[in-house]
Amino acid sequence: MNEFSILIGGKAGFGIDKASGVIGRLLNQLGYRIYIYRDYPSLIRGGHTFSIIRASKSRIAVHQEKVDLILALNQETFDLHKSRFKNDCFFIYDLEQVKVGAEYTCGLGMPLGEFLKEETAPEIMRNTCIIGALAKAIGLNFDVLENVLKKEFTKDIDLNIKVALRGFKESKELIKIEPLKQESLPLLTGNQAIAFGLIKGGLDAYVSYPMTPSSPILHFLAEIADDFSLDVIHPESEISVILMALGFSYMGKKAAVGTSGGGFCLMTEGLSFAGMAELPVVIILGQRPGPSTGLPTHSAQTELNFALNAGQGEFTRFIVAPADAEEAYYWSAICMNMSWKYQIPGIILSDKNLGESVFNFDINAVGEIKEETSVSWDRKSSYKRYLITEDGVSPLAFVPDKDAIIKVNSYEHDEFGITTEDPKQTKLLQEKLLRKEKFLAEDLENFTTVKVHGDKNSEVALLCWGSNKGVCVETAKGLGLKVIQPIVLNPFPVKQFQKAMAGVNELICVENNATAQLAKLIRCYGFSVDNTILRYDGRPFSLEDLAEECKKLGLVRKEKTYG
Amino acid sequence: MAKVELGTYAQNTWCPGCGNFAILNAIKMALGELNAEGIPLENIVLVSGIGCHAKIVDYLNVNSFYSIHGRTVPVAEGIKLANPDVKVIGFAGDGDAYGEGIEHLVFAAKRNIDITMIIHNNRVYGLTTGQYTPTSPLSFRGRSTPQGTAELPINPLEIMLASGATYLARGTSHGIELLKKIFKEAILHKGFSLVDVLQVCVTYFNMYEYYDKRVYELKDHNHQDYYQALNKIREWDYNKDAPIALGTFYEKEIPTFEDRFFLKKNQGTIDKDFKIKELLKKSI
Repeated sequence: MNEFSILIGGKAGFGIDKASGVIGRLLNQLGYRIYIYRDYPSLIRGGHTFSIIRASKSRIAVHQEKVDLILALNQETFDLHKSRFKNDCFFIYDLEQVKVGAEYTCGLGMPLGEFLKEETAPEIMRNTCIIGALAKAIGLNFDVLENVLKKEFTKDIDLNIKVALRGFKESKELIKIEPLKQESLPLLTGNQAIAFGLIKGGLDAYVSYPMTPSSPILHFLAEIADDFSLDVIHPESEISVILMALGFSYMGKKAAVGTSGGGFCLMTEGLSFAGMAELPVVIILGQRPGPSTGLPTHSAQTELNFALNAGQGEFTRFIVAPADAEEAYYWSAICMNMSWKYQIPGIILSDKNLGESVFNFDINAVGEIKEETSVSWDRKSSYKRYLITEDGVSPLAFVPDKDAIIKVNSYEHDEFGITTEDPKQTKLLQEKLLRKEKFLAEDLENFTTVKVHGDKNSEVALLCWGSNKGVCVETAKGLGLKVIQPIVLNPFPVKQFQKAMAGVNELICVENNATAQLAKLIRCYGFSVDNTILRYDGRPFSLEDLAEECKKLGLVRKEKTYG
Repeated sequence: MAKVELGTYAQNTWCPGCGNFAILNAIKMALGELNAEGIPLENIVLVSGIGCHAKIVDYLNVNSFYSIHGRTVPVAEGIKLANPDVKVIGFAGDGDAYGEGIEHLVFAAKRNIDITMIIHNNRVYGLTTGQYTPTSPLSFRGRSTPQGTAELPINPLEIMLASGATYLARGTSHGIELLKKIFKEAILHKGFSLVDVLQVCVTYFNMYEYYDKRVYELKDHNHQDYYQALNKIREWDYNKDAPIALGTFYEKEIPTFEDRFFLKKNQGTIDKDFKIKELLKKSI
């Protein structure tokens, strides 16, 4: 089998997320490449939560609507998702919770509650029990599952194994999934990949106030803080978050902050301050559907305009939108490096679709990340924090240094950092702040800031950014189209974009927002799109969704013919 | 020991007679003495907000972080956590610290983080030309409240005591010696310290005479005693006429945020790439 999908669903509080992680790992052991789509409401208990675990022979970063197997822990899972069945018989359900129609009796129903009682296990372990049943249903040996459970659970391991074994014994084989002969790769969420990337970039401190979809970065870094000697702090508000981070930055400590749109609103005065005072800081902006509170636990690409324009005044900023785990790791590290090299704020645009989905992560496929050093003070002349230089970047010194007085300032200031209202100084400083952008843009020519995927000779191309890459690349593959994916969004990589556009006659912009923000952005640089495919219901595109939209537009491969 | 030069070339733009001069002179004396007593000046960072008070960092030849309105406290906290050996002194106005940024002040006191806050409390917005602040008395006629304010002032020291501050004192801009003494105490205090300075704005709210008539220095006051401190803090509510106590209200040594928060300092010795690969292996 080249590929298949499993859906597991139940109420929030049933441990669906944990279960999907276990299933993902289980299939990962067989050498499949995994992608997990997670869908859950904004509440603690109840509601409907489900995950789709997709396994494939090749790398994937999108889910499919149709699934091969459904694990239903409650009625809603069955009712809401039965339309996804490829084969009516391939589902396992809790006989005590789910009533299926007569036409569905061929599914595998099991009294999970009864099994748990007999095994003297708590109610929450129904997920483990149904995973046991799944392992048998796909023809695995129990020891594969046992090993995975040992890795996934830190407590009650023996009981979980016992419960899984019961489910396994009570089950029967439905579809045999053959192992593949390829090495298994680690599984990471996009958020974990961002966290590792920040660490790779030299992270010293992570300051954050909880907000979906970025909170998992805070949780993950807090958990591994000791391993990497990090200061992980959760202060009273996002305002405090960014100002605290700037305090760290002033002291020469590399700091990052994470939030979503609402928290970023509160951070904008700090962002502008970072621009003016030339204090490096990395901001992870996990987008979600808005305006305002919107759909907190769902996905959208709504903050590109906001990230580009947030904060008063004019200053240089770096904005990057990675699409999958490898890009998240690589560009988070690069973002930290660039932020320090140019003493500017760097923004990593993420969303729930990237942050909370699970991907395979191949560290060997990530490009080399060079360590960048900030320019240090030569100690020859007296220290000036804002020394005017050719590229706008002033040498750094940090407290305590007995030979340097280090003054940063939110006002217009002179080279030493003292407030000034002098028009000449004001002009010099403004030019210094903006000159950095030119040098940063030149520097970025050494990186692949615009990626081209699919059929490079196709005249028809999909344009996408961030987490939509996965669905666009796979769709384009089926249709023989080209895909253009700018990763750096500011400074906009005009040269590389121009190159990517060579030979393109029809450009279709695919975005998870209602106003096609990237299409607007490229217009500033003289490019235009011919059509847009937009989804703004809070859900990312599935493979089928985008294929359908492409079909509606009649998108087919066209190649330029000569002669 | 040679006297250190603490001034800068910045032109002083405070109004003649401004109470900020007293704070500037007192902090210069305090820093000079602390330096002579063995605290290197390079280990000191000054943080300010925005307002007349904030110009003080331009006038002092010491490391400084001229921050934004209301945000002195989180910046000071970040600096302290980045290097706990550094002494961080925050300057803020009353509109700044008690208005826009009071949330930060409450939380810093709650954490008992070892920073010092000096509040230039002139009970009026100066730089924005004369509006009421959180400590202006009831019926204060400012440019945004020409009919007089309809709200009572807060008692900032009472809020700070309730929030967990471990050093609280008050001074006035008539009384440099006392200011110097309490500034030094506050800076040396291990934990969150705040000095409320009744600093007079000669242009928009000249209270020199009012304060001179009512202030007295605390004597026979047990500043280790929470309830004595509370009583003395409540004696004057920043509104009604009452004697105004000056000096140290409260001082208590308890573990600081930094003591409790495990600060890691062996960053250089960690092989990050190896650790990342180790964690990745676990996630196969």
